[in-house]
Amino acid sequence: MGELGVVDSFTVTFIVRRFNPETDSEPHWQDFDVEMYSTDRVLDGLHKIKWDQDGSLSFRRSCAHGICGSDAMRINGRNRLACKTLIKDLDISKPVYVEAIKGLPLEKDLIVDMEPFFAAYREVQPFLQTSAKPKKEHLQSVEQRERFDDTTKCILCAACTTSCPVFWTDGQYFGPAAIVAAHRFIFDSRDEEAQVRLDILNSKEGVWRCRTTFNCSEACPRGIEVTKAISEVKQAAIRGVRR
Amino acid sequence: MRRLKLERLGWIFMRVSGFFLIALIFTHLIVNVMQDGGVHAIDFAFVAGKLANPLWQWFDVTLLWLALIHGTNGMRVVIEDYVYRINLKRFLLGGLAVSTAVLIVLGTLVIFTLDPCPTDAAANLLPSFCTAG
Ligand code: HEM
Ligand code: SF4
Ligand code: FES
Repeated sequence: MGELGVVDSFTVTFIVRRFNPETDSEPHWQDFDVEMYSTDRVLDGLHKIKWDQDGSLSFRRSCAHGICGSDAMRINGRNRLACKTLIKDLDISKPVYVEAIKGLPLEKDLIVDMEPFFAAYREVQPFLQTSAKPKKEHLQSVEQRERFDDTTKCILCAACTTSCPVFWTDGQYFGPAAIVAAHRFIFDSRDEEAQVRLDILNSKEGVWRCRTTFNCSEACPRGIEVTKAISEVKQAAIRGVRR
Repeated sequence: MRRLKLERLGWIFMRVSGFFLIALIFTHLIVNVMQDGGVHAIDFAFVAGKLANPLWQWFDVTLLWLALIHGTNGMRVVIEDYVYRINLKRFLLGGLAVSTAVLIVLGTLVIFTLDPCPTDAAANLLPSFCTAG
């Protein structure tokens, strides 16, 4: 224990998978020793590397507080938000491995091309479609709102989709996040186009590719029960929507 | 749209057949292996005796078809997952379909047409129990 009000500091070794498309033909691992506090997060470590050691290190981040979904990456082999992963929760007697999320085209260092991910998202029509034009609020009971509450929390970080082994091998698969987005509206009592989304997901690259590995639920930084949401969409594709 | 429904059918089939396979496989194992002498007690006479009974014929044929179609559809999914080169994929899927068809036809034939003591065969080729009666 240090003095009161003083936080312990220690050296953490980060091993980062680097790739510069202009000079490298293959990615390679590079290690950095960083002085850190137990209250720091992996994102702080990356900042220290970028600001003090190697300005060429590239990664995305915006809010730094787990809400924008920019900094999903593979930390010690698991998909996590760098800004929500505390150093004290990692075993720092060993190096901390950091690499880009898998299954999307690698652009540079920790940055991947997110376009295929967003394309799948757009395809499930993730917006409210209704013919009702209420003069005041479009009412919904507490239970009706509760039905899809979990899937409203998604921040589109792609941690789930890029943790899915089916997505790794088959980039055509819609992936967990797109199904979560569809679930959000399929089970919304105000929406009228659930069947359209179900038809889209009742396809070869839709929900039936899911093998229930639970990687997505484990990866989700928002604690969404992704695998459960997918199985509810499967049920709806078999029996029809039960809101 | 036709293709879409097939994928859903396959998913449901894996679950329904899996449910029945549990009962079929365990009955199969218990009846065959949990007898006196265990697996070593299985001989031609034991198999021939079972296949003389229409109940076991239908049991075995159900197990054969369900396990083969279940296993084949499972392998189809695995190939869809991992194989992208379209010619290799066609080759593997074709080989899978052919081998399953051959196994189903041969297996079904054996189960329903097995005659352990064909009347026109030489006596020294027949199992001993054929001459017992
Ligand atoms: C105890 C009986 C069995 C049950 C309950 C069962 C159940 C299942 C289920 C539910 C699936 C689908 C998994 C998914 O979609 O994620 C599956 C897949 C599969 N099954 Fe079975 N099964 C049984 C026996 C068999 C047998 C006897 C074979 C071999 C002939 C077999 C071969 C396969 C294969 C190859 C797959 C695909 C694996 C994959 O999707 O990665 N199963 N099984
Ligand atoms: S469901 Fe969770 S892991 Fe997947 S994109 Fe949304 S927030 Fe990220
Ligand atoms: S930087 Fe916004 S979620 Fe981590």
